[in-house]
Amino acid sequence: MAVHEKITIAKAINASLRASMEADPKVLVMGEDVGKLGGVFRVTDGLQKDFGEDRVIDTPLAESGIIGTAIGLALRGYRPVAEIQFDGFVFPAYDQIVTQLAKMHARALGKVKVPVVIRIPYGGGIGAVEHHSESPESLFAHVAGLKIVSPSNSSDAYWMLQQAIAGDDPVIYFEPKRRYHDKSRLDTESIPDPLHKARITRPGSDLTLVGYGPMVKVCEDVAKVAAEEGKSVEVVDLRSISPIDFDTVQSSVEKTGRLVVVHEAPVFFGSGAEIAARITERCFYHLEAPVLRVGGFHAPYPPSRLEDEYLPGLDRVLDAVDRALAY
Amino acid sequence: MTVEGTAERKTARGGSKRTTAKKATPTKKATQSGTRNSAQPDEAEQDQLVQLLTPEGKRVEHPDYAIDLSPEELRGLYRDMVLTRRFDAEATTLQRQGELGLWASLLGQEAAQIGSGRALRDDDYVFPTYREHGVAWCRGVDPTNLLGMFRGVNNGGWDPNSNNFHLYTIVIGSQTLHATGYAMGVQKDGADSAVIAYFGDGASSQGDVAESFTFSAVYNAPVVFFCQNNQWAISEPTEKQTRVPLYQRARGFGFPGVRVDGNDVLACLAVTKAALDRARTGQGPMLVEAFTYRMGAHTTSDDPTRYRADEERLAWEAKDPILRLRKYLEAEGFVDDAYLAAIDEESETLGKRVRDAVRAMPDPDHMAIFENAYADGHALVDEERAQFAAYQASFADAEAAAEGN
Repeated sequence: MAVHEKITIAKAINASLRASMEADPKVLVMGEDVGKLGGVFRVTDGLQKDFGEDRVIDTPLAESGIIGTAIGLALRGYRPVAEIQFDGFVFPAYDQIVTQLAKMHARALGKVKVPVVIRIPYGGGIGAVEHHSESPESLFAHVAGLKIVSPSNSSDAYWMLQQAIAGDDPVIYFEPKRRYHDKSRLDTESIPDPLHKARITRPGSDLTLVGYGPMVKVCEDVAKVAAEEGKSVEVVDLRSISPIDFDTVQSSVEKTGRLVVVHEAPVFFGSGAEIAARITERCFYHLEAPVLRVGGFHAPYPPSRLEDEYLPGLDRVLDAVDRALAY
Repeated sequence: MTVEGTAERKTARGGSKRTTAKKATPTKKATQSGTRNSAQPDEAEQDQLVQLLTPEGKRVEHPDYAIDLSPEELRGLYRDMVLTRRFDAEATTLQRQGELGLWASLLGQEAAQIGSGRALRDDDYVFPTYREHGVAWCRGVDPTNLLGMFRGVNNGGWDPNSNNFHLYTIVIGSQTLHATGYAMGVQKDGADSAVIAYFGDGASSQGDVAESFTFSAVYNAPVVFFCQNNQWAISEPTEKQTRVPLYQRARGFGFPGVRVDGNDVLACLAVTKAALDRARTGQGPMLVEAFTYRMGAHTTSDDPTRYRADEERLAWEAKDPILRLRKYLEAEGFVDDAYLAAIDEESETLGKRVRDAVRAMPDPDHMAIFENAYADGHALVDEERAQFAAYQASFADAEAAAEGN
């Protein structure tokens, strides 16, 4: 793998799995169709051919079974990376993730570790049918014992997955499926940022725009348009949703005085609410405007012909930026 | 349940010797209503019940499950069952005295647990529910460790790897998948140990149990599913869980199931040993249904008098697992009064030890809330820990100031 190559996020994840499996024989890939097919998004393409059926395991079509057996494998000393085929399919496994995976280390008073990584392609914008476009990150972030991350570019996709696999905690790794085929630079040489560090991807001085995963590109597009209108927007790629690097967000807001949070998931009880509350507490005297949020509605994810209305796009985010700047 | 309804249900069973008067025409009403008899062993199924020691304490043979134990080994099983029952009784008493928040008694299930537990090798791994006190005993887990979560001082209480005995699992059936995954790992390691998952008749309705059957069969995982069918899932009888005898379910998943007399410690030992050996030698999973009875309440919060008749319990008391082994040991001359008295004395010593240990259990430090939430740490936990520590310290400061005045 060449350094500084431009590569899709899907291929970066594939390279990351490959690197993890080469580095540690205990790393396993498991899920529905991950073997010969290479996954429905081809993210695991070629892994079974190179690592064998014993390490790239095609599972029965049973999500609770995938996560429950991954827990058992982890208890035996393996590091399973389980793929849930689509976001909306994770709910049959929700019980295993929440009641078992998240709590086992604490219940055992630290005596056992369950380093299970769950990869979930998530979010909308691909014209899919029902249950294929959900953004359930807040449902998991609310549960202690889990870590939640979502990369937005190829280098992060590559490094964050390896960091998640190498760590001893359960991690849910949300993959921005509508960005799978976006190409960006993959740097396999530089020392990566820590897994839970937020990153300023575009500096600015008038307003802070926070996003993660698929929304980072929207945020950057917004910043470009806003710049043409003479407004300086700073973009923060959160990268991690549990924990959240509030220090980075705080420094940015102390500089800009304004914050807009963007995510695809419904705004109500979403990660934006958490960020707004914490930043209000930390930056009350720096804020020039209330923290605003842009996200999905409190309605079922709509049929795909309506998803452009539901998902935060350039115009809705710009509108929030304008509202924040108007205070 | 009306008399008419009962007649209808008997009719619906069809082919039974008792239903010759009316033509068997299963009605919707009949199929939907619960029939106490459907999951009970009828005469044909009774033949399938593996038994090596009758309720009267008579040794019988089974063509597939022979066992030959020395008098010392037989006495050991007796001791295990008596001490386990004594420990269980003490825990129940401690709950009544307010020392434990809850207790799930195993009364009546000693043979199922000691029989299966003594079939295990040290390198086998156990995934229990929350009632496997007898299995824990066999694994060498200190019984006082089992009481921490019931007292409310922890949510687990022991290192699963020190005795290859996983933590108690409250959500029913979840652990069958952990056992299956663990067994898949054992297989990948090329080890010849086996894994055993305990669950109850109620848990058999859970999707996780069905999924664990599927996964274990597909991967030929070395796991034994040990279902203690104690007839009641809190207030729900087995026929609210299944329309076929539970052991027969295994066949549909592609592995064998066997029903064993769960009050017969010898049969439980022999059948579990055979199932474990089978798993160890690469022949895949097996389901053992131990047909037994929960003589007490589901937990100390439950009131079984609201949903089941005394006669049922009395009928099962006649099949008491400890009593039948004692009759056999006495008839063979393997025990004498002095031995039995010594076991009773050991029981009392155990009871006292458990009582003292529970009362001496300190409440955990308040900062324990944050301990082990994560293996590698988490910024939010660190922040909340620091805030809570400062909050707690403020009381100490206030007290110091008050004392200073």
